[in-house]
Amino acid sequence: MRHLLSIADLEREDIERILSSAAFFADVADRPIKKVPSFRGRLVINLFYEASTRTRSSFELAAKRLSTDVLNVVSSGSSVEKGESLHDTVSTLSAYGPDAIVIRSPHAGAPALVAGWSGAGVVNAGDGKHQHPTQALLDVYVLRERLGDLDGRSIWIVGDVLHSRVARSCAQAFRKLGAEVTFAGPPTLVPNELAALGCEVRHTLDDIGDADVIYALRLQHERMSEAFLPSLAEYTANYQINSRRLKVRQLLMHPGPVNRGVELSGEVIDAPQSLIIQQVRAGIVVRMAVLVEVLTGSHAADPAVQRMTPEPQLA
Amino acid sequence: MSPASSPRRGGTTTRLFSASAQPADLLIREAHVLDPRAEIDGRHDVLIRGGEIAELAAPGTLDAPAGAETIEAAGKHLFPAFVDPHVHLRTPGQEHKEDLETGTRAAAAGGYCAVIAMPNTAPVLDDPTLLRGVVAQAREQARVRVGFMAAISVGLRGEQLTEMTLLREAGAIGFTDDGRPVVSAGLLRRALTYQRLCGGVLALHEEDPTLSAGGVMHEGEVSAALGLAGIPAISEATMIARDALIAKAEGGRTHFQHLSARASVEALAAAKVNGAPVSGEVSPHHLLLCDAEVRSLDTSFKMNPPLRSEDDRSALIDALRDATIDCIATDHAPHARDEKAVPFEEAPMGTTGLETAFAAIYTDLVVPGVLTLSTLIERLTAAARLFELDTPTIVPAAEANVCLIDLDATWRVGVGGYESRAVNCCFAGRELSGRVLLTAAGGQVAYRQRSFALSAA
Repeated sequence: MRHLLSIADLEREDIERILSSAAFFADVADRPIKKVPSFRGRLVINLFYEASTRTRSSFELAAKRLSTDVLNVVSSGSSVEKGESLHDTVSTLSAYGPDAIVIRSPHAGAPALVAGWSGAGVVNAGDGKHQHPTQALLDVYVLRERLGDLDGRSIWIVGDVLHSRVARSCAQAFRKLGAEVTFAGPPTLVPNELAALGCEVRHTLDDIGDADVIYALRLQHERMSEAFLPSLAEYTANYQINSRRLKVRQLLMHPGPVNRGVELSGEVIDAPQSLIIQQVRAGIVVRMAVLVEVLTGSHAADPAVQRMTPEPQLA
Repeated sequence: MSPASSPRRGGTTTRLFSASAQPADLLIREAHVLDPRAEIDGRHDVLIRGGEIAELAAPGTLDAPAGAETIEAAGKHLFPAFVDPHVHLRTPGQEHKEDLETGTRAAAAGGYCAVIAMPNTAPVLDDPTLLRGVVAQAREQARVRVGFMAAISVGLRGEQLTEMTLLREAGAIGFTDDGRPVVSAGLLRRALTYQRLCGGVLALHEEDPTLSAGGVMHEGEVSAALGLAGIPAISEATMIARDALIAKAEGGRTHFQHLSARASVEALAAAKVNGAPVSGEVSPHHLLLCDAEVRSLDTSFKMNPPLRSEDDRSALIDALRDATIDCIATDHAPHARDEKAVPFEEAPMGTTGLETAFAAIYTDLVVPGVLTLSTLIERLTAAARLFELDTPTIVPAAEANVCLIDLDATWRVGVGGYESRAVNCCFAGRELSGRVLLTAAGGQVAYRQRSFALSAA
């Protein structure tokens, strides 16, 4: 795989290959020495134009576990803040000869542009409200660990779908693995047009008992000032996942960070059905697997490099 | 549609400006002449002497008088040259995108003899002295005639009226805040009232910012799938409905720019039935493309109004055919390459269009039989009447405003570059039929296609 830009670019086999590779790295993570040496001397640049704690740190840790050099470039304090264009920033960073660029941008399509401008393999770490493919892959990884497979499972994605790149990527990934996906939330944040993604659209949680998995999304406070919602209290009354709505047999996910007491009540976050901590843990191994894909894919044309790059032994 | 004939002053002032060159002396032999308004549709020899149409005669019967160039045009079509009511020539202040010379060269290459430039320049054309400056520049640099729209409100801010009478005296052809809507109904009403004093069509970019704010593409399934903020069709249509009522109440001549949606067409049709003195235009990209193109996140497809749904597109075609929409406007909006080489949400709005308008519509709508060739020619020239200009026509004693087109010649957009300084064309890479070989504008030869110029020499 040359780049990871969108779940839409992946076939089911691609997703399964990445997940198997992630499972291999999960075994490595249980060893006393958690690093694999295969990519020593390779350079991974994390180019982050948006604040991010868990995605950036898990990409950094993933790259380090693969023994690569890691350069973190964040929007504050760099030329990004001085008005340099994305193109010029990428040209400058490309002079360091990166093997992979991980980019987080507030704008849809920025990773695809970077892929066109740089020789490096590009990983989309979130672009605008468009895609967040590694989040979707790690969510699928966690669900398959728990459920075996997703075929025929019902997954409800609840909340601010309109403004969520996680919802778009997850819906595509879940569906590619055979799950049925329902978007649920207020009509202002879950417009009917979202059915074009192949998902059912609901505006109440009346039937959420049918779900095998409930995937709650973060609600941004600015949605009130933008008149998408009248109040937090009304939102929580209608859409909060709490112990009354979460059944014992159901699984609960959230991409984090959680607004405690808004989209999730405090007690369900820590309930046995919650997979939220597993999601964070899976982030490292899945991102290791993704980096391996692009680090090998980006040099596929160069046989000398290929010889120096042993494939990880898959479990 | 009948533009209101309210009393006006300053109607005799020249409102189109170009550099002067040698008046054309041409004999165009055996071309198929199509001039729908003059009811000419057949093969003729056309003699142009001293920049005027001198004679139409049976094919192969005329010989070139001394000093006239003969163009053998059997199999080619000769049309009245086109008039574009909506272009951005970026002068003054944004000449890195386009200037009067490159923009009018692009116009001539597209078969246009006159274009009307928008005032959303830097600075905004809201001041008579500034307007005199660009008029003087056009007299030196423009290959085809340029009319300049002045702003309705100072700085396009929608707060204070410009000096409309003084701007008219300085040559303004009309008024618009294009690029932005006139949000205040009160200000629009005052401008339409004041128009009685100075004349000049008010052209309106219709968009309700409370509905469109932050939007970068059409609101629909594609925007939902991509996670891009949408501009709903009603943001345009509701403003057209509102402003048509104000135009009717004031009797003020009003033109609706770049219609993009079915609901907008319906609002315009209702306004015309209601007797409002209104007209409308549509752009080639809205006739030929829809929002599915944006899936590529290619910034060439980012424009305002945005490419809309297939249903909107078919409503626009129907409205153009039945003349609910009066004319075709390119909304030629050049941008520098690096300005468009950014993520979709950050890119400026607009596509170029002058060099591709005829060929794109001919290829996609005339060849498949959706639109007749004579309707296309009528709608490409109808803006002249709407803006109180002489309509190009191929009859004796008329000024030579003609374009010679090889309908069978195919070409790939962008191969060999553009006459425009800009490359942000939404039809780039498309193979089109219909190549402009020669344009005469204002009695002068304004354009010759390169290979055709060689073979003719």
